[in-house]
Amino acid sequence: MAAPFIEIKNVSKIFKNQDKEFKVLKGINLEIQKGDIFGIIGFSGAGKSTLIRCINRLETVSSGTIRIGNYEIDKLSKKEMNLYRQKIGIIFQHFNLFDSKTVFGNVAFPLEVAGKSKQEIEKRVAEILDLVNISDKKDFYPGQLSGGQKQRVGIARALANNPDILLSDEATSALDPVTSLSVLDILKDINKKLRLTIILITHSLDVIKYTCNNMAVLENGLIAEKGSVREIFANPSSETTKVFIKNNSDLAKVDYLVGGEGI
Amino acid sequence: MKEFLAQVFSVEVWEYVLPATWQTIYMTAISTTITITFGLLFGVLLYVTDKDGLHPMAIFNKVFGAIINSVLSLPSMIVVIIFLPLSKFIVGVSYGPKAFIVSLAIVCIPIFSRLVENSILEVSKGKVEAAKAMGAPNWDIILKIMLPESLPTLIRNFVVLTITLVSITAIAGSFGAGGLGELAVRFGYNRYRTDILVAVIIVLLAGVEVLQLFGAFISKKILKKRHLV
Ligand SMILES: Nc1ncnc2c1ncn2[C@@H]1O[C@H](COP(=O)(O)OP(=O)(O)OP(=O)(O)O)[C@@H](O)[C@H]1O
Ligand SMILES: [Mg+2]
Repeated sequence: MAAPFIEIKNVSKIFKNQDKEFKVLKGINLEIQKGDIFGIIGFSGAGKSTLIRCINRLETVSSGTIRIGNYEIDKLSKKEMNLYRQKIGIIFQHFNLFDSKTVFGNVAFPLEVAGKSKQEIEKRVAEILDLVNISDKKDFYPGQLSGGQKQRVGIARALANNPDILLSDEATSALDPVTSLSVLDILKDINKKLRLTIILITHSLDVIKYTCNNMAVLENGLIAEKGSVREIFANPSSETTKVFIKNNSDLAKVDYLVGGEGI
Repeated sequence: MKEFLAQVFSVEVWEYVLPATWQTIYMTAISTTITITFGLLFGVLLYVTDKDGLHPMAIFNKVFGAIINSVLSLPSMIVVIIFLPLSKFIVGVSYGPKAFIVSLAIVCIPIFSRLVENSILEVSKGKVEAAKAMGAPNWDIILKIMLPESLPTLIRNFVVLTITLVSITAIAGSFGAGGLGELAVRFGYNRYRTDILVAVIIVLLAGVEVLQLFGAFISKKILKKRHLV
């Protein structure tokens, strides 16, 4: 097999707050192939967001290395890092759209940052709004959009500059099940069309089952297990995974009892 | 009472009040312009160099913050006096409204700097992270994201600043700055001309109210346009 596109080696992250140390990541090893939709699941506080933030260097690792393609990202200068970040899109649970800009302005911003010309920006924004099916809201402000629409704008903004990787931190957990599905469908669709590598954090096994091919379970700053989604679902080995699977079926039962249809 | 009111609105009184009003407006307008320029600059600088800012510079931030705080903590009258010689030197005039302009601005710059810093801090951390994650340089993050995002708050704070300036201008009046403050002291206090004093108060109240309404109107208009109210 070719060298993995993303290689996370022995990564640890320690936060220091007033003499106290919090060891949040404790030696993470992960390999992610190009074109993967890679799911990361784990309980609250396991370190999922921290891990993803190390990938676009919103946090710097305390030790270990992260290699993406040919770059070791901890060795990048500030200038190189900004160029590198332009090729990594991220979508957030709370969207983080700019309220002062219209939908167009939001999606145009990363292109402005990348120094694209006005015509290029016009063309690309139209294209990408079309892809996420929200062209009719081009001149709206975020304040006028529903959660699902906001997240589609978030995706459009993350994809505007043709990134190599898309990071998604609980991008659907603020949305209702149906809207979640439509957002996940968009992610699957662009993964296929653009062969985009996606790393997706979630609390929901259903989301992983629906969207991802490979996955890892994060437990208290360590990888509890990793592998293909099919294998792990068929044969869970870690305690966390078992709890998730059990809760998941319990929830489905509750859902059934109250007359819902589950996801 | 009726006679007194007639006196307050008499031509004689307003022959004093109107020119003084213009002097006050003149001082306030120019000092405000200077204050906004430096206040924005310093406010952004305080935000950017903070330990959690876009470009942390711990020592600079501490020293700069301490200077700002020390000017802030002195009574504004004293600051006006301290910087008066400097002000006169820069403007090249030693009496009247013009001589006080720089001194007034120096009183207000620290206030506005902190107001600007706080306005920017109110923008959610998530937006800053989103911009950072796109690889935007700090310059873009400030100019294209943080300032536009905080604009409605900035405008409100700008009004607070202008009103503060008007009141400090009045204080400066007792040191020969001219304007409504001087009028109030010279006639209202020293010569018991209550009619002039009342006229001055009316102008000040009306002026402050108009500023307040205007600021609130613009701020609200922006929020409405963004559908945030
Ligand atoms: N800047 C920080 N300083 C100190 N501790 C931090 C910091 N950021 C995160 N942590 C700690 O790291 C741990 C992991 O946080 P993280 O946000 O990565 O969890 P998570 O798996 O994403 O949780 P959730 O599912 O709730 O989003 C938490 O215990 C948190 O308190
Ligand atoms: Mg998280």
